[in-house]
Amino acid sequence: MTLDTNLKHVTSGAELNELITENENVMVCCGRMGPMCVPVYAVMEELEKSGEYDNVVFRDMLFDDPEAAVIRNLPECRSFRGLPFTIYYKNGKVAKATSSLQSKEQVTSILKEVF
Amino acid sequence: MKSYDAIILGAGPAGLTAGIYLSRAKQKVLILDSGTGGGQVMLTHAVANYPGMPETFGYKLASGMKEQAVSFGCEILTNQEISAMDLKSTDKTITAGGETYKAASVIVAVGGKPRTLGLESEKRFQGTGISYCATCDGDFFTGEDIVVIGGGNSALEEAVSLTQYAKSVTIVHQFDHFQGYAHAIKAADENPKISFIMESVVEEFLGDEALTGVKIRSKKTGEVTTLKVTGVFIFIGYVPSTEPFADILELNNRKEIITDEDMATNIPGVFAAGDVRAKKFRQITTAVSDGTIAALGAMDYMHGPDPDKL
Repeated sequence: MTLDTNLKHVTSGAELNELITENENVMVCCGRMGPMCVPVYAVMEELEKSGEYDNVVFRDMLFDDPEAAVIRNLPECRSFRGLPFTIYYKNGKVAKATSSLQSKEQVTSILKEVF
Repeated sequence: MKSYDAIILGAGPAGLTAGIYLSRAKQKVLILDSGTGGGQVMLTHAVANYPGMPETFGYKLASGMKEQAVSFGCEILTNQEISAMDLKSTDKTITAGGETYKAASVIVAVGGKPRTLGLESEKRFQGTGISYCATCDGDFFTGEDIVVIGGGNSALEEAVSLTQYAKSVTIVHQFDHFQGYAHAIKAADENPKISFIMESVVEEFLGDEALTGVKIRSKKTGEVTTLKVTGVFIFIGYVPSTEPFADILELNNRKEIITDEDMATNIPGVFAAGDVRAKKFRQITTAVSDGTIAALGAMDYMHGPDPDKL
């Protein structure tokens, strides 16, 4: 099972590790096809398509996939109780993590702040 | 300045339906949305009562409407904040995202947004204890004590739904009676995991990194108590997104746009459709109906009555 989005999907922890090792800036939205998650994927698709953030790799990951433990179990997510979990990786490390719905304004503000 | 026949503000079911009708009638149409489009239906997990559709996800229904509008030639721009507008002139203008757009007719279908309590501590715990979506976040609270705020159908039904995860659900409501349907009240009342705190309001959400409690004040006695809970779900209705139109369009006391039965507002050539409009029932189907009528009204306004033109 994968997410019904136009983003490329991360399907394993190993793939995520490779991705954040090989790319300086990576944003991963880990969720389901739910009401709070879909708008975040839409924002990411729009940012990816805009070409203004070519320095960022945008991906999603299915929250219920056992492999998503690599995100669910991050110390930065221990207090999170709202989908999606959105993680911003800089040089392989978590630079920022958010829980629940985020607007385009909130996402771009974080992209500018951490990338 | 880019010129269109009609500009539609809002890409929810009402706006997209208006876009489908107008663009299919060979009108040049621009839809501007302040978010990613889709409207409130995007925030609906499953839709089971849309005629002709088996149960589907809200996002799929919205995506289908969007694709249909685009297929007929509609231009849709998302994440567009309106910075200026002139709706009173014959040539109406809207400025958004640094561009000014002109059109003969404007349809306002900007919908509404979930009502919040407006507490500073509410923002702080969004995603770490406070949620507005039971189907999304309910399982994070398995075996825990939670609160549901509200007294309408959504609050009552979601409270019952949350009992499949939570150890206990306390419904906090500001009035001494519920606004929901009798069957929803009965289902909540008969559920052994649900208890009620009536005529009370939340004063503050407590906690450090995550939510640990809620301070509640009785409206009857003034007594303030603290409930130890790890989760709060807020279902207190919607507010129309009419702030930018407050001094331009005629609104009722609930800040909804007043229209006639043809969706026409107090300004010639400006129509309103969907949840933003003053009306009793708010459903996807009623939004679609409004959008259809607004589009036909806009066609009449621009070209005169002609039942064959669509």
